[in-house]
Amino acid sequence: MSDKIEKSIELKAPVSRVWKALTDYREFGEWFSVDIEGPFVVGEEARGKMTIPGFEHVVWHVKIQEMDAERLFAFTWHPYAIEPDVDYSGEEPTLVEFKLQEVPNGTLLQVVESGFDKIPAHRRAEAFRMNDGGWAAQIKCIESYVS
Amino acid sequence: MSARPHNDAPAAGPEYAPVFAALGDETRLSLVVKLSRGRPQSISQLTEGSQLTRQAVSKHLRVLESVGLVEAVRVGRESQYAFKPQKIDDVKRYLDDVSRCWDEALMRLEAFLER
Repeated sequence: MSDKIEKSIELKAPVSRVWKALTDYREFGEWFSVDIEGPFVVGEEARGKMTIPGFEHVVWHVKIQEMDAERLFAFTWHPYAIEPDVDYSGEEPTLVEFKLQEVPNGTLLQVVESGFDKIPAHRRAEAFRMNDGGWAAQIKCIESYVS
Repeated sequence: MSARPHNDAPAAGPEYAPVFAALGDETRLSLVVKLSRGRPQSISQLTEGSQLTRQAVSKHLRVLESVGLVEAVRVGRESQYAFKPQKIDDVKRYLDDVSRCWDEALMRLEAFLER
């Protein structure tokens, strides 16, 4: 474990169906609850507005990093960029990766969000060496000592 | 992201970046863990048993102090360092919120696929 949030879900749908729900901007927008302006294209930004009541002012935008057919869909973004007057664009974004794997009952989808330390990628390896548990595990340890 | 009243929303993620960065160093992480376990300690005590010089430990403590993870307290004529739990709590809450958002988004994906 390291400085990431990892989620895993087994979906009762074929890989190609899940892939479409992730990479087709209209389908993604529907379940993610964002009105996206146009298709996802690797290397380009996609923008939209959240459709969740109370959050319509939130401009949602991501930069598509990878679309490796039916295996990996990845983008960078600023999670919780909800303060209307704050400019988040100068901050190093986090990376979200959707990894798809065919399993007997459908598709295993893993979502990994990483890069919370906001260290620019080219500095990350040299600047920090995480210990085995990673800071996320240590935060939990520290918390349990404190509480 | 799920609906949540605006004033309950976590502070912006970028505010925590320096805290993450401070914790991303093995030495600093172990200093925080050591201090979080108990009473304030002096630089000498924190340097004891480690391979670092007093100067190196002192430098790391100053970084931790600058992001609010520890604070210097004066005990008699000595300077000691004490753990400050607030930042860890805040960071953990932020991560929990991001984590929960993903749980909810994936539930919506599941529902969407089952239509």
